[in-house]
Amino acid sequence: MTRAVIQALLSHWRVHRLQLATLLIGIALATGLWSAVQAVNAEARASYERANDQLAFGQYDELRNPSGMIPISRYVDLRRAGWQVAAVLEGSLQIGERRLQVLGVDMVTYPTLPAVTQVEQSATPPNPADMLTAPGRLLAAPSVQKLLRDHPHLPPVLPTDALPPDLILTDIGVAETLLNKPGQISRLIVLPNQPQSVQPLSDIAPELELTRASARIDTAQLTDSFHLNLTAFGLLSFAVGLFIVHGTVGLAFAQRRAMIRTLRALGVSMQQLVWMITIELALLALIGGLLGLVLGFFLAGALLPDVAATLRGLYSAPVDGQITLHPHWALSGLAMALAGTLLASGHALFRLSRMPLLTGAGLQAWRGATSGNRVIPLAGVFLIAGGIVISYLFDGLIFGFAMVAGILTGSALLLPVLLSLVISAFQRWTQSPVAQWVWADMRAQLPGLSLALMALLLALAANIGVGTMVSSFRLTFTGWLDQRLTSEVYVTAPDSELGQEIAQWLTPRVTAVLPIRSAELMHETGPLFLYGVIDDQTYRQKWPLIASTKDDWDRVFAGKAVLINEQLARRSNLWPGDFLTLAPDHTLTIAGVYSDYGNPTGQAIVSMAQLDQIAPGAEARRFGIRVAPDRASELAQDIRDRFELPRHAVVQQATMKAQSLAVFEKTFVVTSALNILTLGVAGFAILTSLLTLWTQRLPQIAPVWALGLTRAQLARLEVLRSVLLATLTAVLALPLGLVLAWALLAVVNVQAFGWRLPMYLFPADWIYLFALTLVAAFVAAALPALRLLRLPPADLLKVFANER
Amino acid sequence: MNVKLWLLCVCLLLPETLRAQGYAGLGGSADGFDVPQPGYQFEFPRDHGPHPSFRIEWWYLTANLKGDDGRDYGIQWTLFRSALKPMESEGWQSPQLWMGHAAVTTPDAHYFAERLSRGGIGQAGVTAQPFEAWIDEWHMRGPDPNTLSLAASGDQFEYNLTLNAKTPFVFHGDAGFSVKSTDGQASYYYAQPFYTVKGVLHLPEGDVPVTGQGWLDREWSSQPLAADQSGWDWFSLSFDDGDKLMAFRLRGARGDFTAATWINADGSATPLPDGSVSLAPLKTAHVADRDVPVLWRVTLPDQDLDVEVSALTPNAWMAARFEYWEGPVTITGSHSGRGYLEMTGY
Repeated sequence: MTRAVIQALLSHWRVHRLQLATLLIGIALATGLWSAVQAVNAEARASYERANDQLAFGQYDELRNPSGMIPISRYVDLRRAGWQVAAVLEGSLQIGERRLQVLGVDMVTYPTLPAVTQVEQSATPPNPADMLTAPGRLLAAPSVQKLLRDHPHLPPVLPTDALPPDLILTDIGVAETLLNKPGQISRLIVLPNQPQSVQPLSDIAPELELTRASARIDTAQLTDSFHLNLTAFGLLSFAVGLFIVHGTVGLAFAQRRAMIRTLRALGVSMQQLVWMITIELALLALIGGLLGLVLGFFLAGALLPDVAATLRGLYSAPVDGQITLHPHWALSGLAMALAGTLLASGHALFRLSRMPLLTGAGLQAWRGATSGNRVIPLAGVFLIAGGIVISYLFDGLIFGFAMVAGILTGSALLLPVLLSLVISAFQRWTQSPVAQWVWADMRAQLPGLSLALMALLLALAANIGVGTMVSSFRLTFTGWLDQRLTSEVYVTAPDSELGQEIAQWLTPRVTAVLPIRSAELMHETGPLFLYGVIDDQTYRQKWPLIASTKDDWDRVFAGKAVLINEQLARRSNLWPGDFLTLAPDHTLTIAGVYSDYGNPTGQAIVSMAQLDQIAPGAEARRFGIRVAPDRASELAQDIRDRFELPRHAVVQQATMKAQSLAVFEKTFVVTSALNILTLGVAGFAILTSLLTLWTQRLPQIAPVWALGLTRAQLARLEVLRSVLLATLTAVLALPLGLVLAWALLAVVNVQAFGWRLPMYLFPADWIYLFALTLVAAFVAAALPALRLLRLPPADLLKVFANER
Repeated sequence: MNVKLWLLCVCLLLPETLRAQGYAGLGGSADGFDVPQPGYQFEFPRDHGPHPSFRIEWWYLTANLKGDDGRDYGIQWTLFRSALKPMESEGWQSPQLWMGHAAVTTPDAHYFAERLSRGGIGQAGVTAQPFEAWIDEWHMRGPDPNTLSLAASGDQFEYNLTLNAKTPFVFHGDAGFSVKSTDGQASYYYAQPFYTVKGVLHLPEGDVPVTGQGWLDREWSSQPLAADQSGWDWFSLSFDDGDKLMAFRLRGARGDFTAATWINADGSATPLPDGSVSLAPLKTAHVADRDVPVLWRVTLPDQDLDVEVSALTPNAWMAARFEYWEGPVTITGSHSGRGYLEMTGY
């Protein structure tokens, strides 16, 4: 008997091959998009973890000087008091267009790092004397080694794959020369196995602060918001994919009702049938899931380089650009496929198990049971309200997403009711019987199409929302770049001495030379970069302030006040009038807050005299040069020639802007890619729904045909109906998308990046999207319409003969 | 090979390493380092300080102590210097590396700690006048080498001791030129074996006031062991009648090389050439996954000496990055007394 049941079940798929393909594609798309995002996230997180292991980050307590660097003498004081600490000097090195992190550790006392072990166990181990004494050796990934090959003034490089990309590991004695920070220590790690009794820190080095390993914010936490962002999009894609599965499974079950009735009449128990269908679904889920994994793997491979570039640019987080396949990733992907399929088919399966033995085989009866359900719209209202309430009550990225999710799903659930209301209104206005029939028929179709339309609504809203956010951001960002990059030429000298020389040479030749000098301080919210500026109209006129006070620049230049960036302001809740402590006994009033989209770290601006006081010896290697724009190119070349500087050391404004914009574009390329994929999946969902409905169309169309409408007219009406429904959905999606954009800009972005951006509207984009939707709806309806057009009239006649 | 491991190997003269590094065996000036020469005139306090132009050097103090609880204890305090280049310079790039080892041995436990540093920054070093040898908070210092305070600590122990001696240094070998192999490898080597020691050991089981005898070895060289030598056994024995014996055996594929110095209670010393003293292991113990001799027969016919030397604790294993055995011993037989034993290369 089991064999017969299997054969009967399989026969359905043999007949409905397209349906089978649709189901598998639905599962594969859902699994693929979700798994791709998961793989990208996992790979990025694994990279952080690997970097942490490779560099022994986050394993030890640390000592830092909140107001700057630690001198070697302090290290020796601690050591001679019994504290087992190891010195670390960090900094960055500009190599061409790459910015490399330099990690200098005291190789003698620092816990042995995997990279060091690897190099020393290699076929040609370096002589320790070479590692520890001038010129020293640099350890770096092979890709970095290649990059450094063209820089003969650097110490020789030993390749190792046990280091994250963009990092150079070396002995602290080599690093201090490389970074031009002689005698300085960035931080001390507190080693395990401290002696029995050590003097308290306050007696030896009261200026140092001890940070527990557990209390430090690491890369993973820093980038959490970014990954949550991706996960949210992955989940959205998964949900949209499940709409396809739900629709297809529902149809398959409806079409099998007759067969199931027959099987039951032949003596197959309902329990057995439910089990076998469940197993069948599970098998389909596994096949679709496997396809999805393949899809997800390639998709992740395509997305990862951009994600890696973003994470490196935005958070200096070390991420490799290569995806590796982990078994647990495949397993969780399959589990998702299985759970998703069963979730999407659960309802259909449940109703199947409750089906009376002698119920009619009609599709309408199957559908009818769900119509008039008031629970769903109520749930929609509840979800929207819940989302809004949550965003009022709680703060944090996850709640921002909760609000977005609540509003989106709530609106999706409300969609059928809204559409039904709109259609009823239209129906009341129309007079002609055909038009009346079209509207009434459209309303009758709603339950069958509603899931696909919900998917379309979500995809469109996400598209409008994310599109608005990215475009608003781009507009703000370019405006900000124009304000921020005011100098025509930017120069970076190899050292402060040559920097001074260049500045002196330039002064009589240009409008203004603006030194760019900074020092890294520690603030309770993390590293804080302090910049010194000289009094110049450029700053007064162009610097992008989002909160200011009277005479703000006057007070800054007088050394009485400080300007801080938006990230620091929001993170520490510091605004004009508040105070910022930059060093012990050195507190300044905050005169203003400026927008800063370049990095996630805190920044502050003081007068040059203040900078020299707080961080004496801050290097003076970089300058902005104000000069007539038409002289910029010539001047840049003059500087290069005269001071023998490489090309990248003298950069013109336009190049700088282009580089910044390139980083920006990378930041959102993944979001946009996922966005487009989601829309594609939604379009596919409409197609499957229409194909599903097709089978039940005949009994409804046949009478209209019999009343005199031609097949061509009917086909046109079919297309019109699909396009109209899509149009209505798109119209409803617009406000929803704008709400989403607002939420992303005002809630999610502030949490994720520390920026609040103004919202700009882009109607041209909406029209484009609108057109795209109509085309998608048209294409989706074209196939069933074409079928109708070619349908032999005999088939339509059969409707009146056959029992349906 | 790990930088630290390399440093340790150099300190402990492990020939395998040196072969790998390409300067096997024979004398001659290795990579610009000075080489010990016979007839060297020691000059103090200068020579109690460091000699950066030599590759390796150590200040090696061991003491046999008695607690007021009646139990036997041993302590070790060692500062090794190892030079990557024959020079000293300021800052991180100093080629002088320092390593400290400290241990306390009780009849049933062995605690040890290890410290590493480089020269040039002040974290570790030795000054001759006033004398101070230090690494981190560990120190051996005093107005002169015969009046010292000594301190070291680890995560399980700490000790603070004072050391006093009245006799001058004892020079091993040919007036301090100590030959280490038949090929002629040698070191400068002298000792102060007559310290009286007082102080307190802070142990997990509680504080123990102690008194006893200490022995300081000073040695520096640039020449490693001969290529075939795989390790050594080194004895410093103090007999109850006041006489002392320093004896070592370098184990080599071409045969053992032994040397010894008999030190009378008045401080006068007699160097004994290769083959005079016989050091024979009688029994091994399984320590740290290997068999280490913990009972020895030491015979020196010249002095009618025939004794058994047995470890106070077989488990006196220095599980540092490079491992060796170092611990107090008791002497029975023709003479009785206490002493220290160091064994490497097992």
